[in-house]
Amino acid sequence: MTDSAKHDEILLSCQNVSFRYHKGPWILRNINLDIRRHERLGLIGPSGYGKSTLSRLLAGYDSPTEGEILWKGKKLPQKGFCPVQMIYQHPEKALDPRWKLKRSVSEGWQPDEELLKRLNINSKLWFSRYPNELSGGELQRFCVARVLAPDTEFIIADEMSTMLDAITQAQIWNVLLDEVKKRDLGLLVITHNNSLAEKLCTRIVDLRDINGAF
Amino acid sequence: MNKDKIILEVEDISVSFRMYDKGLSKHDLTVIKKLNVTVHEGEILAIVGASGSGKSVLAHAVLGILPSNASVGGEIRYCGKQLTNSLRKEKVGSEIIMIPQSVTYLDPLMKAGKQVRGLKGTKQQLEEAFRRYGLDKSAEKKYPFQLSGGMARRVLISTAVISDAKLILADEPTPGLSEDMAAETMRHFRELADQGCGILMITHDIEAALKAADTIAVFYDGETIDCCTADDFRQGRDALKHPYTKALWSALPENGFLSADASELMKGAL
Amino acid sequence: MKNMRKHGILNRRTLTLIIIALSVIIILAVTAAGFIMDEELYAPHFAEKNLPPSGHHLFGTDWMGRDMFARTVKGLSVSIYIGLLASCATSVIALFLGVIAGTFGKYASGIFNWFVDIFMGIPHLILLILISLLLGKGAKGVAIGVIVTHWCSLGRIVQAEVLALKDSQFVKASEKLGKTKLWIAFHHIMPHVVPQFIVGLILMFPHAIMHESSITFLGFGLPAEQPAIGIILSEAMKHLTTGMWWLAVMPGISLLIIVVLFEAIGSHLRMLLDPYSAQE
Repeated sequence: MTDSAKHDEILLSCQNVSFRYHKGPWILRNINLDIRRHERLGLIGPSGYGKSTLSRLLAGYDSPTEGEILWKGKKLPQKGFCPVQMIYQHPEKALDPRWKLKRSVSEGWQPDEELLKRLNINSKLWFSRYPNELSGGELQRFCVARVLAPDTEFIIADEMSTMLDAITQAQIWNVLLDEVKKRDLGLLVITHNNSLAEKLCTRIVDLRDINGAF
Repeated sequence: MNKDKIILEVEDISVSFRMYDKGLSKHDLTVIKKLNVTVHEGEILAIVGASGSGKSVLAHAVLGILPSNASVGGEIRYCGKQLTNSLRKEKVGSEIIMIPQSVTYLDPLMKAGKQVRGLKGTKQQLEEAFRRYGLDKSAEKKYPFQLSGGMARRVLISTAVISDAKLILADEPTPGLSEDMAAETMRHFRELADQGCGILMITHDIEAALKAADTIAVFYDGETIDCCTADDFRQGRDALKHPYTKALWSALPENGFLSADASELMKGAL
Repeated sequence: MKNMRKHGILNRRTLTLIIIALSVIIILAVTAAGFIMDEELYAPHFAEKNLPPSGHHLFGTDWMGRDMFARTVKGLSVSIYIGLLASCATSVIALFLGVIAGTFGKYASGIFNWFVDIFMGIPHLILLILISLLLGKGAKGVAIGVIVTHWCSLGRIVQAEVLALKDSQFVKASEKLGKTKLWIAFHHIMPHVVPQFIVGLILMFPHAIMHESSITFLGFGLPAEQPAIGIILSEAMKHLTTGMWWLAVMPGISLLIIVVLFEAIGSHLRMLLDPYSAQE
């Protein structure tokens, strides 16, 4: 594959994806969406339109009721390190409350000092603490460091900075954006904040326009 | 309405929690060091600060619902009188109303209408409030889990309208709402304030706060470090005085999205 | 959040630990005393029949001149021993079944719930009596009866906990970071289930002891020659009308105290382990 073709490669692709719980109403209906390597896609739309559900499907947490989700044309690998990693809205839920942060942050790989420093993680002070001793903004930095492993190729940020104050939000996003650009990672930003999406993304999709369930 | 009448005055409030270390020794964890705010009649005051920095504790202190290991210093006055536990008993739920963060605070086993009416509301008031917030009559008979996010939010707000609230405490009213819905919530707050309520809004979301608030108090590291009008904020960086507040403004996605080191800023300010 | 100040030594947590330690010591002492006790201490002495409690005989003596204090201690130690054995066994069953039901999807859950419903649907005591009778009464019958009937509620708790943990974001994230199911079970799920399990186990003791005593009292449990607390109480009933109140009251209160002590250990331990009350 040439460099430019690689740059333009389709990483994640939804093909006629529909989803519902059991026999409940359709939450997602006939969604078609391709996300390419070179773009940073913003998925916006009000709550209740299935943004988070779609992100869970894309990350492989749930399977679509109908249709297919493809990672580079194939099914997403179920075992081993997943190339698609997710950052959640509530970092305190994404970290084991009984684990010290040093252990949590190195669960998938050993982040280097330089990255930790850029994320403003005070490793001396915070590594020996438990999640309930730090604030949400501090914890989210750990979650970001944790998913930036060498094997990660795509990052889904589901309302990652919704609970953070503006300064922390800018700080964490700037580091993540740098990494994404430097390593040519795919990025999907799910947010309800239009100005944030405009700042971060190269393409914005409103879920209301592509979700046939509404 | 008297714009000079002070509804809530919080003076030098500090809150700390007694926590255990690894073994048996204890230490005090101070969440709020020194918090000063004043809410006037018809005013919306937003306390803005990082999430997890202990802002919500303020609301709990006002309502007197802190856990048993907390100790509070300083003074809280409601309409000029010191807010004691006996005064709280009288006012909380009727004149002082808390609008919680999410629907999970509604009783899942009680129909929405009944919860909104509470102990004192009448049927007319309920219908009136529901009409006002565009809630269908059938919503009265629904349980919280049957309401959509937006409806639930309006139900929460109607609890405040139905009681003759003078002071409304709103804890993080916007996260999880789309921009339209957040704007609508803010509009409802503005209406309530224009009728003479004092509203204390606790949020980390400056953009939402700016839509409705008159005054913004910036909370950082346990203290209210700056208090400015929302107009200052709208005017831009140069109208703001404190370096942290300036940085807050510049960090907004529409204003440059600049990162800053908060602790460095604070050092510079001293 | 950096302002820390040390406090005095005797705080709530110290107090809790002292209560737990004292309860454990008393229970251990009673159990050990019962085991090493010389049989002579509770042998019949017909010269000292029907004596009320006194300095010499703390709990009085019965119609055969046996010292009631020694009999009570011996009886309690037998009851505690059987109770401990049975609760440990039943808790292990609860843990095993709960974890399986929580881990292996719908069918395992379905079968588990069906069994739990059956066992919970039948009154404990009746099921216990039936099983004990089937197995020919005696210590074995009682112990197995308690084991078979007591795992349900703790099993449910374990199952619910495992299910909730499996769905938690930090477990999902761990899966995506390439960890295997077994690794996650050991490192993420176990550390959360074990404290709950230990508290459940300890709160099971008084239950088991009470049930052992009650079916022995009713005559379906331990044989009459064994100085179990249930036997002592049921014998005492026959002599109550003669005015020998101490035969029933003293052993009864002792049993109550032991049960309360176990409850105290369990509930205080829970307070320490539960993050919501741990800071009080």
